[in-house]
Amino acid sequence: MSLHASGSQTVGPYLHIGLNWLTIRDIAGRGVKGERVTITGRLLDGGGVGVSDGLIEIWQANAAGKYAHPEDLQAKPLEPGWRGFGRIPTDAKGGFRFSTIKPGRVPGPGGVLQAPHLVVAVFMRGLLKHLATRVYFPDEAAANADDPILNLVPAARRTTLIPRKKGKALEWNIVLQGKGETVFFDY
Amino acid sequence: MPNRPSSRTPSSKTPRKLATYRRFRPGTQPAYNYPPYASTQKRCPTQPLVLPPQTLSEITGPVFGAGDLKPTDNDLTRQHKGDPIGERIVVSGRVLDENGKPVPHTLVEIWQANAAGRYPHRTDQHNAPLDPNFSGAGRTLTDAEGRYRFITIRPGEYPWRNHYNAWRPAHIHFSLFGQAFLTRMVTQMYFPGDPLLPYDPMFTCIENEAARNRLVSTFDWENTIPEQALGYRFDIVLRGREETPMEKMP
Repeated sequence: MSLHASGSQTVGPYLHIGLNWLTIRDIAGRGVKGERVTITGRLLDGGGVGVSDGLIEIWQANAAGKYAHPEDLQAKPLEPGWRGFGRIPTDAKGGFRFSTIKPGRVPGPGGVLQAPHLVVAVFMRGLLKHLATRVYFPDEAAANADDPILNLVPAARRTTLIPRKKGKALEWNIVLQGKGETVFFDY
Repeated sequence: MPNRPSSRTPSSKTPRKLATYRRFRPGTQPAYNYPPYASTQKRCPTQPLVLPPQTLSEITGPVFGAGDLKPTDNDLTRQHKGDPIGERIVVSGRVLDENGKPVPHTLVEIWQANAAGRYPHRTDQHNAPLDPNFSGAGRTLTDAEGRYRFITIRPGEYPWRNHYNAWRPAHIHFSLFGQAFLTRMVTQMYFPGDPLLPYDPMFTCIENEAARNRLVSTFDWENTIPEQALGYRFDIVLRGREETPMEKMP
Protein backbone atom coordinates (compact mmCIF):
# COMPACT_ATOMS: atom_id res chain seq x y z
CA MET A 1 0.00 0.00 0.00
CA SER A 2 1.36 3.38 -0.94
CA LEU A 3 -0.35 6.67 -0.17
CA HIS A 4 0.71 10.16 -1.03
CA ALA A 5 1.46 12.38 1.94
CA SER A 6 -0.97 15.15 2.77
CA GLY A 7 0.02 18.56 1.47
CA SER A 8 1.53 21.03 3.88
CA GLN A 9 -0.35 24.29 4.51
CA THR A 10 0.59 27.50 6.23
CA VAL A 11 -0.12 27.98 9.93
CA GLY A 12 -1.67 31.32 8.95
CA PRO A 13 -1.82 34.45 11.11
CA TYR A 14 -3.81 32.91 13.97
CA LEU A 15 -1.44 30.07 14.77
CA HIS A 16 -1.23 31.14 18.41
CA ILE A 17 -4.83 30.07 19.03
CA GLY A 18 -4.00 26.44 18.39
CA LEU A 19 -0.35 26.22 19.34
CA ASN A 20 0.41 28.52 22.28
CA TRP A 21 -0.97 26.11 24.90
CA LEU A 22 2.24 24.10 24.48
CA THR A 23 4.66 27.03 24.71
CA ILE A 24 7.91 25.78 26.27
CA ARG A 25 10.65 28.39 26.66
CA ASP A 26 12.58 26.48 29.30
CA ILE A 27 13.46 23.19 27.68
CA ALA A 28 15.55 21.79 30.53
CA GLY A 29 13.83 21.99 33.90
CA ARG A 30 15.50 22.10 37.28
CA GLY A 31 17.79 19.23 38.05
CA VAL A 32 18.58 18.48 34.42
CA LYS A 33 22.32 18.05 33.93
CA GLY A 34 24.27 20.11 31.44
CA GLU A 35 25.66 23.51 30.58
CA ARG A 36 22.87 26.09 30.68
CA VAL A 37 22.43 28.26 27.61
CA THR A 38 19.98 30.99 26.71
CA ILE A 39 19.40 31.70 23.04
CA THR A 40 17.80 34.92 21.91
CA GLY A 41 17.16 36.32 18.48
CA ARG A 42 14.72 37.54 15.89
CA LEU A 43 12.86 35.99 12.98
CA LEU A 44 13.30 38.44 10.08
CA ASP A 45 11.58 38.59 6.70
CA GLY A 46 13.06 39.67 3.37
CA GLY A 47 12.51 43.33 4.23
CA GLY A 48 14.35 42.99 7.54
CA VAL A 49 11.05 43.24 9.40
CA GLY A 50 10.44 41.03 12.43
CA VAL A 51 7.88 38.27 11.88
CA SER A 52 5.27 38.66 14.62
CA ASP A 53 3.16 35.69 13.51
CA GLY A 54 5.84 33.05 13.70
CA LEU A 55 6.87 30.21 15.96
CA ILE A 56 9.91 28.00 16.32
CA GLU A 57 10.16 24.50 17.67
CA ILE A 58 13.31 22.94 19.10
CA TRP A 59 14.24 19.27 19.30
CA GLN A 60 17.39 18.18 21.05
CA ALA A 61 19.27 15.47 22.89
CA ASN A 62 20.18 15.71 26.57
CA ALA A 63 23.69 16.49 27.81
CA ALA A 64 24.68 12.85 27.39
CA GLY A 65 23.69 12.95 23.72
CA LYS A 66 20.54 10.86 23.97
CA TYR A 67 17.09 11.64 22.58
CA ALA A 68 13.94 10.91 24.56
CA HIS A 69 12.61 8.69 21.81
CA PRO A 70 12.20 4.90 21.50
CA GLU A 71 14.40 4.74 18.39
CA ASP A 72 17.42 6.13 20.22
CA LEU A 73 18.92 2.84 21.39
CA GLN A 74 22.20 4.27 22.67
CA ALA A 75 23.24 3.05 26.10
CA LYS A 76 23.28 6.53 27.60
CA PRO A 77 21.41 7.95 30.60
CA LEU A 78 18.09 9.72 30.20
CA GLU A 79 16.76 11.63 33.19
CA PRO A 80 13.08 11.13 34.01
CA GLY A 81 10.94 13.95 32.71
CA TRP A 82 13.39 14.96 30.01
CA ARG A 83 11.63 15.57 26.68
CA GLY A 84 13.95 17.87 24.80
CA PHE A 85 11.19 19.80 23.05
CA GLY A 86 10.65 23.55 22.96
CA ARG A 87 8.00 25.70 21.31
CA ILE A 88 8.53 29.44 21.26
CA PRO A 89 6.15 31.90 19.55
CA THR A 90 7.75 35.11 18.29
CA ASP A 91 6.77 38.40 19.92
CA ALA A 92 5.39 41.53 18.22
CA LYS A 93 8.87 42.40 16.92
CA GLY A 94 9.71 38.91 15.76
CA GLY A 95 11.83 38.24 18.84
CA PHE A 96 12.25 34.93 20.61
CA ARG A 97 14.15 33.71 23.66
CA PHE A 98 14.55 30.28 25.18
CA SER A 99 16.74 28.45 27.69
CA THR A 100 18.05 24.95 27.61
CA ILE A 101 21.17 22.89 28.15
CA LYS A 102 23.79 22.27 25.50
CA PRO A 103 23.12 18.80 24.12
CA GLY A 104 25.76 16.11 23.97
CA ARG A 105 27.07 14.69 20.71
CA VAL A 106 24.90 12.22 18.84
CA PRO A 107 25.90 9.82 16.07
CA GLY A 108 25.68 10.94 12.47
CA PRO A 109 26.18 9.18 9.12
CA GLY A 110 28.44 6.14 9.42
CA GLY A 111 28.68 6.50 13.18
CA VAL A 112 30.70 9.74 12.95
CA LEU A 113 29.73 11.94 15.87
CA GLN A 114 27.88 15.15 15.12
CA ALA A 115 28.75 18.39 16.88
CA PRO A 116 26.28 19.46 19.58
CA HIS A 117 23.25 20.93 17.86
CA LEU A 118 19.60 21.79 18.20
CA VAL A 119 17.16 20.86 15.47
CA VAL A 120 14.80 23.73 14.65
CA ALA A 121 11.49 23.95 12.79
CA VAL A 122 10.22 27.39 11.74
CA PHE A 123 6.53 28.16 11.19
CA MET A 124 4.82 31.41 10.17
CA ARG A 125 2.13 33.00 8.10
CA GLY A 126 3.35 33.19 4.51
CA LEU A 127 5.26 29.93 4.79
CA LEU A 128 3.43 27.11 3.04
CA LYS A 129 5.70 24.44 4.47
CA HIS A 130 7.71 24.80 7.67
CA LEU A 131 11.46 25.24 7.39
CA ALA A 132 14.10 23.07 9.04
CA THR A 133 17.39 24.42 10.30
CA ARG A 134 19.95 23.79 13.07
CA VAL A 135 21.73 25.67 15.81
CA TYR A 136 25.37 24.81 16.56
CA PHE A 137 27.48 26.28 19.38
CA PRO A 138 30.26 28.87 19.05
CA ASP A 139 32.50 27.26 21.69
CA GLU A 140 32.62 23.94 19.81
CA ALA A 141 34.94 24.99 16.99
CA ALA A 142 36.71 21.62 16.71
CA ALA A 143 33.51 19.58 16.72
CA ASN A 144 31.85 22.01 14.33
CA ALA A 145 34.77 21.72 11.90
CA ASP A 146 34.23 17.95 11.77
CA ASP A 147 30.44 17.96 11.74
CA PRO A 148 29.18 15.90 8.78
CA ILE A 149 26.06 18.05 8.27
CA LEU A 150 27.70 21.44 8.73
CA ASN A 151 30.33 20.37 6.21
CA LEU A 152 27.61 20.04 3.55
CA VAL A 153 26.84 23.75 3.93
CA PRO A 154 28.79 26.20 1.74
CA ALA A 155 31.59 27.49 3.98
CA ALA A 156 30.53 31.13 3.75
CA ARG A 157 27.04 30.31 5.03
CA ARG A 158 27.95 28.09 8.00
CA THR A 159 28.03 31.05 10.35
CA THR A 160 24.26 31.44 9.90
CA LEU A 161 23.87 28.29 12.00
CA ILE A 162 26.22 29.35 14.79
CA PRO A 163 24.96 31.95 17.30
CA ARG A 164 27.22 34.73 18.55
CA LYS A 165 27.98 35.33 22.20
CA LYS A 166 26.09 38.33 23.48
CA GLY A 167 26.66 38.89 27.18
CA LYS A 168 25.64 35.71 28.95
CA ALA A 169 23.32 34.67 26.15
CA LEU A 170 23.79 33.47 22.60
CA GLU A 171 22.27 35.54 19.82
CA TRP A 172 20.90 33.75 16.78
CA ASN A 173 18.73 35.41 14.15
CA ILE A 174 16.70 33.54 11.58
CA VAL A 175 16.96 35.50 8.33
CA LEU A 176 14.54 34.39 5.63
CA GLN A 177 16.01 36.21 2.66
CA GLY A 178 18.99 38.24 1.48
CA LYS A 179 22.25 39.07 3.25
CA GLY A 180 22.99 36.49 5.89
CA GLU A 181 20.09 34.29 4.79
CA THR A 182 19.89 31.38 7.19
CA VAL A 183 20.68 27.94 5.83
CA PHE A 184 17.60 25.75 5.68
CA PHE A 185 17.60 22.00 5.17
CA ASP A 186 15.47 19.75 3.05
CA TYR A 187 15.55 16.17 4.32
CA MET B 1 46.32 8.93 6.62
CA PRO B 2 46.76 11.66 9.18
CA ASN B 3 45.41 11.00 12.62
CA ARG B 4 41.89 12.21 12.86
CA PRO B 5 40.20 13.34 16.06
CA SER B 6 38.28 10.69 17.92
CA SER B 7 35.03 11.93 16.42
CA ARG B 8 36.03 10.33 13.13
CA THR B 9 36.50 6.97 14.76
CA PRO B 10 33.42 4.84 14.39
CA SER B 11 32.00 3.85 17.75
CA SER B 12 32.85 0.39 18.96
CA LYS B 13 29.33 -0.80 18.26
CA THR B 14 28.33 -1.05 14.65
CA PRO B 15 25.73 1.66 14.10
CA ARG B 16 22.31 0.33 13.25
CA LYS B 17 21.08 1.32 9.85
CA LEU B 18 18.62 4.13 10.42
CA ALA B 19 15.05 3.65 9.31
CA THR B 20 14.97 6.78 7.17
CA TYR B 21 11.94 8.48 5.67
CA ARG B 22 11.25 8.74 1.96
CA ARG B 23 11.19 12.12 0.30
CA PHE B 24 7.89 13.73 -0.64
CA ARG B 25 6.67 12.88 -4.11
CA PRO B 26 6.80 15.76 -6.62
CA GLY B 27 3.65 17.86 -6.77
CA THR B 28 2.30 16.86 -3.38
CA GLN B 29 3.85 19.74 -1.43
CA PRO B 30 3.68 23.49 -2.03
CA ALA B 31 6.68 25.51 -3.19
CA TYR B 32 8.01 28.07 -0.73
CA ASN B 33 7.73 30.74 -3.40
CA TYR B 34 4.13 30.83 -4.58
CA PRO B 35 3.29 34.33 -5.89
CA PRO B 36 -0.53 33.92 -5.78
CA TYR B 37 -0.16 33.80 -1.98
CA ALA B 38 1.35 37.27 -1.59
CA SER B 39 2.85 36.72 1.87
CA THR B 40 5.24 34.09 0.51
CA GLN B 41 7.17 36.77 -1.34
CA LYS B 42 9.16 38.12 1.60
CA ARG B 43 9.15 34.89 3.56
CA CYS B 44 10.40 32.21 1.18
CA PRO B 45 14.09 31.29 1.20
CA THR B 46 15.92 32.50 -1.90
CA GLN B 47 19.03 30.32 -1.51
CA PRO B 48 18.84 26.63 -2.40
CA LEU B 49 18.03 24.36 0.53
CA VAL B 50 20.80 22.01 1.65
CA LEU B 51 19.97 18.29 1.40
CA PRO B 52 21.67 16.41 4.23
CA PRO B 53 21.35 12.71 5.06
CA GLN B 54 18.81 11.92 7.75
CA THR B 55 20.36 11.31 11.15
CA LEU B 56 19.20 10.22 14.58
CA SER B 57 18.36 13.89 15.19
CA GLU B 58 15.67 13.89 12.51
CA ILE B 59 14.25 10.39 12.75
CA THR B 60 13.43 11.03 16.40
CA GLY B 61 10.97 13.61 17.68
CA PRO B 62 8.97 14.60 20.74
CA VAL B 63 6.65 12.08 22.32
CA PHE B 64 3.45 13.24 24.01
CA GLY B 65 1.13 11.36 26.30
CA ALA B 66 -2.24 11.53 27.96
CA GLY B 67 -0.67 13.54 30.78
CA ASP B 68 -0.17 16.43 28.37
CA LEU B 69 -3.90 16.75 27.69
CA LYS B 70 -7.23 17.08 29.40
CA PRO B 71 -9.83 14.48 28.36
CA THR B 72 -12.15 17.26 27.18
CA ASP B 73 -9.56 18.92 24.94
CA ASN B 74 -11.07 17.25 21.87
CA ASP B 75 -14.54 18.79 22.37
CA LEU B 76 -14.49 22.43 21.29
CA THR B 77 -18.17 22.85 22.14
CA ARG B 78 -17.59 22.23 25.87
CA GLN B 79 -14.91 24.75 26.74
CA HIS B 80 -17.21 27.47 28.09
CA LYS B 81 -20.38 27.78 30.12
CA GLY B 82 -22.72 28.02 27.15
CA ASP B 83 -23.06 26.32 23.80
CA PRO B 84 -21.25 27.94 20.88
CA ILE B 85 -23.33 29.31 18.02
CA GLY B 86 -23.19 27.25 14.85
CA GLU B 87 -23.64 23.83 13.41
CA ARG B 88 -22.13 21.08 15.58
CA ILE B 89 -19.91 18.68 13.63
CA VAL B 90 -17.84 15.60 14.36
CA VAL B 91 -14.47 15.58 12.61
CA SER B 92 -12.72 12.24 12.76
CA GLY B 93 -10.34 10.12 10.78
CA ARG B 94 -7.04 8.34 10.87
CA VAL B 95 -3.45 9.43 10.80
CA LEU B 96 -1.53 7.10 8.49
CA ASP B 97 1.90 7.06 6.94
CA GLU B 98 2.64 6.69 3.24
CA ASN B 99 2.92 2.93 3.70
CA GLY B 100 -0.66 2.85 4.97
CA LYS B 101 0.41 2.11 8.53
CA PRO B 102 -1.49 3.90 11.29
CA VAL B 103 0.42 6.46 13.34
CA PRO B 104 -0.57 5.66 16.93
CA HIS B 105 -0.53 7.89 20.02
CA THR B 106 0.50 11.01 18.19
CA LEU B 107 -0.52 14.55 19.07
CA VAL B 108 -3.09 16.26 16.82
CA GLU B 109 -3.78 19.97 17.41
CA ILE B 110 -6.49 21.96 15.66
CA TRP B 111 -7.61 25.59 15.50
CA GLN B 112 -10.33 27.32 13.54
CA ALA B 113 -12.61 30.36 13.16
CA ASN B 114 -16.03 30.46 14.79
CA ALA B 115 -19.27 29.97 12.86
CA ALA B 116 -19.20 33.61 11.73
CA GLY B 117 -15.69 33.33 10.35
CA ARG B 118 -13.95 35.17 13.19
CA TYR B 119 -10.94 34.20 15.28
CA PRO B 120 -10.56 35.39 18.88
CA HIS B 121 -7.19 36.92 18.05
CA ARG B 122 -6.05 40.52 18.42
CA THR B 123 -5.02 40.74 14.77
CA ASP B 124 -8.34 39.49 13.37
CA GLN B 125 -10.27 42.66 12.51
CA HIS B 126 -12.99 41.00 10.45
CA ASN B 127 -16.34 42.65 11.13
CA ALA B 128 -18.06 39.48 12.33
CA PRO B 129 -19.10 38.66 15.87
CA LEU B 130 -16.93 36.84 18.37
CA ASP B 131 -18.57 33.99 20.23
CA PRO B 132 -17.90 34.04 23.99
CA ASN B 133 -18.57 30.32 24.05
CA PHE B 134 -16.07 29.35 21.39
CA SER B 135 -12.27 29.59 21.49
CA GLY B 136 -11.63 27.40 18.47
CA ALA B 137 -8.69 25.30 19.69
CA GLY B 138 -8.50 21.60 20.48
CA ARG B 139 -6.09 18.71 20.68
CA THR B 140 -6.07 14.99 21.13
CA LEU B 141 -3.89 11.91 20.76
CA THR B 142 -4.54 9.27 18.15
CA ASP B 143 -5.40 5.83 19.50
CA ALA B 144 -3.47 2.61 18.85
CA GLU B 145 -4.99 2.44 15.33
CA GLY B 146 -4.19 6.05 14.49
CA ARG B 147 -7.78 7.25 14.96
CA TYR B 148 -8.71 10.68 16.28
CA ARG B 149 -12.00 12.48 16.85
CA PHE B 150 -13.04 16.07 17.55
CA ILE B 151 -16.41 17.64 18.24
CA THR B 152 -16.59 21.24 17.10
CA ILE B 153 -18.73 23.63 15.09
CA ARG B 154 -18.49 24.24 11.38
CA PRO B 155 -16.17 27.21 10.84
CA GLY B 156 -17.31 30.16 8.73
CA GLU B 157 -15.63 31.50 5.62
CA TYR B 158 -13.92 34.87 6.02
CA PRO B 159 -12.37 37.58 3.86
CA TRP B 160 -8.65 38.27 3.67
CA ARG B 161 -6.63 40.83 1.80
CA ASN B 162 -4.52 38.66 -0.45
CA HIS B 163 -6.29 39.84 -3.62
CA TYR B 164 -9.52 41.60 -4.61
CA ASN B 165 -12.57 40.04 -2.96
CA ALA B 166 -10.53 37.20 -1.49
CA TRP B 167 -12.30 34.78 0.85
CA ARG B 168 -10.85 31.78 2.62
CA PRO B 169 -12.92 28.63 2.21
CA ALA B 170 -14.12 27.14 5.49
CA HIS B 171 -11.18 25.27 7.01
CA ILE B 172 -9.72 23.78 10.15
CA HIS B 173 -5.95 24.00 10.80
CA PHE B 174 -4.32 20.70 11.77
CA SER B 175 -0.89 20.29 13.37
CA LEU B 176 0.66 16.82 13.68
CA PHE B 177 3.92 15.39 14.93
CA GLY B 178 4.09 11.76 13.87
CA GLN B 179 7.01 9.72 15.14
CA ALA B 180 9.90 11.93 14.04
CA PHE B 181 11.00 15.51 13.57
CA LEU B 182 10.78 14.68 9.86
CA THR B 183 7.11 13.74 10.01
CA ARG B 184 6.03 17.08 11.51
CA MET B 185 3.13 18.38 9.44
CA VAL B 186 0.82 21.38 9.53
CA THR B 187 -2.07 21.31 7.10
CA GLN B 188 -5.66 22.47 6.68
CA MET B 189 -8.89 20.53 6.29
CA TYR B 190 -11.54 21.81 3.89
CA PHE B 191 -15.20 20.92 3.43
CA PRO B 192 -16.66 19.05 0.45
CA GLY B 193 -18.30 21.12 -2.26
CA ASP B 194 -16.97 24.47 -1.04
CA PRO B 195 -17.29 26.86 -4.03
CA LEU B 196 -14.37 28.97 -2.75
CA LEU B 197 -11.77 26.22 -3.15
CA PRO B 198 -10.73 26.93 -6.77
CA TYR B 199 -10.15 30.60 -5.88
CA ASP B 200 -8.02 29.91 -2.82
CA PRO B 201 -4.24 30.06 -3.25
CA MET B 202 -3.74 27.98 -0.12
CA PHE B 203 -5.67 25.17 -1.76
CA THR B 204 -4.28 25.64 -5.27
CA CYS B 205 -0.65 25.81 -4.07
CA ILE B 206 -0.61 22.02 -4.17
CA GLU B 207 0.01 21.12 -7.78
CA ASN B 208 -1.08 17.49 -7.83
CA GLU B 209 -4.85 17.20 -8.01
CA ALA B 210 -5.10 14.00 -5.98
CA ALA B 211 -2.86 15.47 -3.30
CA ARG B 212 -4.92 18.67 -3.27
CA ASN B 213 -8.16 16.78 -2.90
CA ARG B 214 -6.76 14.83 0.03
CA LEU B 215 -7.19 18.07 2.00
CA VAL B 216 -10.96 18.03 1.43
CA SER B 217 -12.90 16.08 4.06
CA THR B 218 -15.82 13.87 3.09
CA PHE B 219 -19.29 13.71 4.58
CA ASP B 220 -19.29 10.86 7.06
CA TRP B 221 -22.73 9.38 7.60
CA GLU B 222 -21.47 6.61 9.88
CA ASN B 223 -20.04 9.10 12.34
CA THR B 224 -22.96 11.49 12.08
CA ILE B 225 -24.77 11.57 15.44
CA PRO B 226 -28.57 11.45 15.01
CA GLU B 227 -30.27 14.67 16.18
CA GLN B 228 -26.84 16.05 17.14
CA ALA B 229 -24.04 16.58 14.68
CA LEU B 230 -22.96 15.94 11.08
CA GLY B 231 -19.85 13.87 10.62
CA TYR B 232 -16.87 14.70 8.43
CA ARG B 233 -14.02 12.32 7.77
CA PHE B 234 -10.48 13.58 7.31
CA ASP B 235 -7.55 11.18 7.02
CA ILE B 236 -4.05 12.61 7.19
CA VAL B 237 -1.02 10.96 5.62
CA LEU B 238 2.43 11.66 7.05
CA ARG B 239 5.77 10.72 5.54
CA GLY B 240 6.54 7.00 5.61
CA ARG B 241 9.73 5.01 5.96
CA GLU B 242 11.91 4.36 2.99
CA GLU B 243 11.65 0.66 3.63
CA THR B 244 9.89 -1.23 6.37
CA PRO B 245 12.56 -2.31 8.83
CA MET B 246 12.65 -6.00 9.63
CA GLU B 247 10.61 -6.74 12.71
CA LYS B 248 13.39 -8.45 14.59
CA MET B 249 13.72 -6.21 17.58
CA PRO B 250 12.90 -8.01 20.83
